[in-house]
Amino acid sequence: MTARTTTTVVIGGGQAGLAMSRCLTERSIDHVVLERGEVANSWRTERWDSLRLLTPNWQSRLPGFGYEGDDPDGYRTMPEIVAFLDRYAEVISAPVETNTIVTSLRAVDAGYLVSTDQGEWRCQTVVLASGACNIARVPELSEALPSEIATLDSMQYRNPEQLGPGGVMIVGASATGTQFADEIHRSGRPVTISVGEHIRAPRVYRGRDLEWWMDAAGILDERYDEIEDINRARKLPSLQLTGTPDRTTLDLNALTATGVKLIGRFAGINDGKAQFSGSLRNQCAMSDLKMGRLLDTIDEWASENGLDGEVEAPHRLDPTDVEESPPLGMNLTSGEIKTIIWATGYRPDYSWLDMPVFDRKGRIRHDGGILDDAPGAYLMGIQFLRRRKSALLDGVGDDARDLCAHLAAYLDGQARANRGAAN
Amino acid sequence: MADSQTTTNNGVNVQALLDARVALADAPEAAKFTWSASCEWKDGTFSESTVEGYFGLGENHKHKTVFKFDADHPAVFASEDRGATPVEYVLVGLASCLTAGIAAVAQNREIQLRSVTSTLEGGMDIQGILGMDSDIRNGFDGIKVTYKIDADASQKDIEALVAQSQKRSAVYDIVTNPTNVTVEVN
Repeated sequence: MTARTTTTVVIGGGQAGLAMSRCLTERSIDHVVLERGEVANSWRTERWDSLRLLTPNWQSRLPGFGYEGDDPDGYRTMPEIVAFLDRYAEVISAPVETNTIVTSLRAVDAGYLVSTDQGEWRCQTVVLASGACNIARVPELSEALPSEIATLDSMQYRNPEQLGPGGVMIVGASATGTQFADEIHRSGRPVTISVGEHIRAPRVYRGRDLEWWMDAAGILDERYDEIEDINRARKLPSLQLTGTPDRTTLDLNALTATGVKLIGRFAGINDGKAQFSGSLRNQCAMSDLKMGRLLDTIDEWASENGLDGEVEAPHRLDPTDVEESPPLGMNLTSGEIKTIIWATGYRPDYSWLDMPVFDRKGRIRHDGGILDDAPGAYLMGIQFLRRRKSALLDGVGDDARDLCAHLAAYLDGQARANRGAAN
Repeated sequence: MADSQTTTNNGVNVQALLDARVALADAPEAAKFTWSASCEWKDGTFSESTVEGYFGLGENHKHKTVFKFDADHPAVFASEDRGATPVEYVLVGLASCLTAGIAAVAQNREIQLRSVTSTLEGGMDIQGILGMDSDIRNGFDGIKVTYKIDADASQKDIEALVAQSQKRSAVYDIVTNPTNVTVEVN
């Protein structure tokens, strides 16, 4: 089969790929969006049942599209996210090829060759928008668990009914881990949550959604080239937020109030015994301090912008309550814990990417999404790609506009060079 | 047996330790010790720590001498190297604890020691403490202890001695198992 040809291949039909498609269409750049399943495939097939988006409905301003409903402050369920992105694809007439699995991306003379299970594409430019959360990260120590413990990772977990009876340990206390802990504990299975670095945040502050404050105060617009340590910023865990109809704050205090037990970071397994770090108090103290700084920033901004009369008065949350001497070990063969769920983050899958574009940590080398080692190739949809909001539904639009402008200039440059060569 | 008891002398009063075990079984509160150190920053990365008193057997005690420990970072860290680095003190603590244990266990097992020397190596990738890579831990990625022991015992018995010393070592436990650390600012 001969390769089909287009100017730009966008790999991935989620919010990032669709936003880029819209920008390419605006510039009349011929392209195709390759999607391994249906549009919004990760949202459709790889998340737990109760998940709602962590950002409110209004905060989904995509190029040429936005929220159309009557509940701007609500949080989308998974089916609602899927419907929203389906509708976006339709409104912008995105040229999506569904059920097309990319098996390899290679550089070939003056462009790229994309191999898929539905044939090959040749293109001058390529956009990698396949997402940052394709594979659940599971620590190596999981291999040393006793065989009687059932394990699930954050992509396998769907709902508490999947689990047998008995105690459950959730490892990880960011948005994913705290949400698992809450619903599993409520299902009658006693939950212990292992807590490492996490970022505590109130859902609502001074009467407004925290995301509203971060958006209004410009925190979400902070640029990748203006912050001190971008590698660290790209690795930060997600804010400890949840999107529920009653807009509750799901922090560690909320969990312990329902009976969930806190233990330190899962540090190792020795003779069938789990070991937990003695740093729990400090992890919680640090998180409280960081949250205090974020709220200080918000308060300052509110004062400077004359909002103090309009919104509720500033307040602070109680410090995270940690018992005097949290347990440091647990016998995993005692039957106290029957299931362990790893909520220890996600990573992208670049197994199909056959180009020398990686650093020694397996990350793609890029400058704000412009690949260092592959001219005409772009990356999208990863945390802090160009801005703090880059991984949000609301953040991919600005990135798509910036990168599409760069891509268009690159194509112009190539065209000029070709004309020069022909003369 | 009686004969070997008189000939084995590693300088450890094992009988006192065994007696203490019996006495403390009836008074477990007295077994609760608190070890203390204080530390004062001098300049740069240089600090001086002092070990003077401790609590145990229900009361405060003082060491015979006040012990001072200078700690600093070496020249390759752009420091002035006015003392051992803090992580070297951890190695010192582990070495001296294991070695004391070997002497005590040998005494109890009636093994005469002639020489016990050890070397310790703690590996560390300093990208961790420099904050360059959060996948790399700050602390040692491993500690290797190598003993050379000359004693009136078979190789197997010497190995059992070293193993038992690890089993009963406070510092070995501190280094190999987690410990709750509470840091407050007054």
